[in-house]
Amino acid sequence: MSKRSVADLKIGERATIQSFNNQLMSLKLLEMGCLPGAEVCLHSKAPLGDPICLKVGGYCLAMRKSEASTMLIEN
Amino acid sequence: MKSPIIALIGNPNAGKSSLFNQLTGLRQKTGNFPGVTVDKKSGTWPLDTHTSATVVDLPGVYSIYPKSLDEQVVTDILANPAHPDYPTVAIVVVDASNLHRNLLLFTQVADLGVPAVLALNMLDVAHKQGKEVNAVRLAMRLGIPIVRINARTGEGLDKLKQAVLGQMNEPVLPTGLFFDPADGAAELITETRKDYALNSNYLALQYLIQHDGFSFLNHSQRVGLDTLIDRHGFSEQTFQADETITRYKRIAPIVAEAVTEQHAADAPTWSQRLDRFLLHPVWGYAIFTFVLLLIFQAIFAWAQPFMDGIDTGVAWLNGQLKASLPAGPLTDLLTDGVMAGIGGVLVFIPQIAFLFLLIALLEESGYMARVMVIMDRIMRKFGLNGRSVVPLISGVACAVPAIMATRSIGTRRDRLITILVTPLMSCAARLPIYTILIALVVPDRRILGLFNLQGLALMSLYLLGLVSAVASAAVLKLFLRTKETSFFIMELPTFKLPRWNHVALTVWESVRSFVWEAGRVILAISIVLWVLASYGPGDSIERAETRAREQSITLTGDALQNRIASERLEASYAGQFGHFIEPAIRPLGYDWKIGIALLSSFAAREVFVGTMSTIYSIGGGDGEDDGGVTIRERLRQERNPATGGPMYTPALAWSLLVFYVFAMMCMSTLAATQRETKSWKWPAVQLGYMMALAYLAAFATYQLMK
Repeated sequence: MSKRSVADLKIGERATIQSFNNQLMSLKLLEMGCLPGAEVCLHSKAPLGDPICLKVGGYCLAMRKSEASTMLIEN
Repeated sequence: MKSPIIALIGNPNAGKSSLFNQLTGLRQKTGNFPGVTVDKKSGTWPLDTHTSATVVDLPGVYSIYPKSLDEQVVTDILANPAHPDYPTVAIVVVDASNLHRNLLLFTQVADLGVPAVLALNMLDVAHKQGKEVNAVRLAMRLGIPIVRINARTGEGLDKLKQAVLGQMNEPVLPTGLFFDPADGAAELITETRKDYALNSNYLALQYLIQHDGFSFLNHSQRVGLDTLIDRHGFSEQTFQADETITRYKRIAPIVAEAVTEQHAADAPTWSQRLDRFLLHPVWGYAIFTFVLLLIFQAIFAWAQPFMDGIDTGVAWLNGQLKASLPAGPLTDLLTDGVMAGIGGVLVFIPQIAFLFLLIALLEESGYMARVMVIMDRIMRKFGLNGRSVVPLISGVACAVPAIMATRSIGTRRDRLITILVTPLMSCAARLPIYTILIALVVPDRRILGLFNLQGLALMSLYLLGLVSAVASAAVLKLFLRTKETSFFIMELPTFKLPRWNHVALTVWESVRSFVWEAGRVILAISIVLWVLASYGPGDSIERAETRAREQSITLTGDALQNRIASERLEASYAGQFGHFIEPAIRPLGYDWKIGIALLSSFAAREVFVGTMSTIYSIGGGDGEDDGGVTIRERLRQERNPATGGPMYTPALAWSLLVFYVFAMMCMSTLAATQRETKSWKWPAVQLGYMMALAYLAAFATYQLMK
């Protein structure tokens, strides 16, 4: 089974970021506080399920599902 | 002595603009950063009796590594001490409720060696979340002066002033770097510092990672850096990722020491609860549609009384002038030329003010960010981006600021497509054209007891613009291929009450620049046009008048005057010009008079109505009693010489309406496209495809409705 990513979270679900699978995207995400070891919570989804809104580091971050899928989480 | 420069740096939504307005009040101006067209807001801030500083508001960024064009400016300035805007002191504005992320940027600025003052803002928000920040402890750990401020109310500004003065006279810098790149790449950093005479390790790293974006480096310097990178086998991306992680690791204990948290803020805030609603699959779109309808309602219904007031006011003044001034060419120029032109400008003001007011409110409250989120998925299908929503909505006001707003779109292709299609959104300058022509051919009646027919017609034109913008984007997407991946990562700001002084300032600025910028062009063209329409080559005008008198002996009074006036217009320079292009526009249903208006509005479409006023006040008879007749009435009275019926049939009016929906008739927009794309190719493409669309669509409309 492939690793779960932040894009697989359900609304209200929490997870800890473990690693990234896309370096270029990770540069942008790291700056916004999505660090390995940081806890994220899927707070809401846009209509059609994409983009999604995450709670991370005490604030709300919107991103596309494709971007969220580069952040792998612990099972 | 050159006045010291104070740069305001900070994350988006940290309160930078509020602080800027507090410091500079009305002593501010908008200009450009040298070499780029990013808006530069600067103003003066009196520091003490003999020093007045220039405060520069830099675009909001999350880090020193830019992700879009407007963010590039920050790095360009901070990495280049020779830059004219390089700050004497930087005020880093920090959101106390989100210290970790805000301090990331601060540590980068400090590591570049810029003397900094940290302005700790939004302590009230932090307090509500149960966080108390100990500023003294934070200042000790960071090693620079910290001031607690409230940018909304203006608290703490005196202390901020003292701290800035202190940093100017005797700069206090942190003892070491928060992140020293020499830890991972010592030799490379030392070599770069030596080769480029740099005084900081971190600046050397910036040269290595970002030199492609640094406009102040020349070609050989860039090649030199590339060689260094290759020789040392340096991986920029890995290093940059390490940097960010290391910085966050350094920041964590500092924040832990300075902040005491009463309780974990786990319960959803009211802002988050509101989001569940605003991003809801059904309610989200419903609310957005409602907001759009509200904007249209404001522009069309609420602004109408003000516009009618201005319209009748100008007509009355014109009548008074005509009655009181001695008849002659100078009076004619003043009334038919200048006054008609000015009236055409002033009548826009209520609509522009309403539009910018509402857009400013949406931006200020934080709702605009939600709109970007719910629209991203749909926009992506058409090669656009959630962030394209702001340019497209602003395009309803004016394409020029809208095109400048595309700079926040990080992906090159998404941005280019947005620039190319934004002018298809019906801007405020098209409104008077729409308003007049719709009033001519659509009855002022309600259907279903609710919707005004004229309002519906107007809305359909706006929808036509929107649909064609989106469709054009989809077509452009096929032609513009790219390897770059599009991205959309954005902070959702918490909802805030709008800062009314900001909103007022935005509205005032936009109205002022419209009246001044567009007004000058319209006025100049009105005068030139009046001259062209009043004089002709040789004695053609006199001959036309004689001929008219001979041919219409049976006519008397006004009818005769009308006949003479229209013969004179036809013989004038403008008339001959119109006749010259008539064959090309005949298939669209236009005659030579409309031809004159089309040509004169080529540079700026808002001139159309002014031109029509000028043409028809000259051609429509100069009877003393018609001083108060508005342009709308004149158009209604105009007869088609071929049929004897009204000239402005529904077919002609709709053909004109459709033409103006599509036509790229705005020099300012083309100039903005040229500046933003740094090429002549894209404005040419824009002009070409929009004009072709306009001609074909107007042709089809006229031929189908005739």
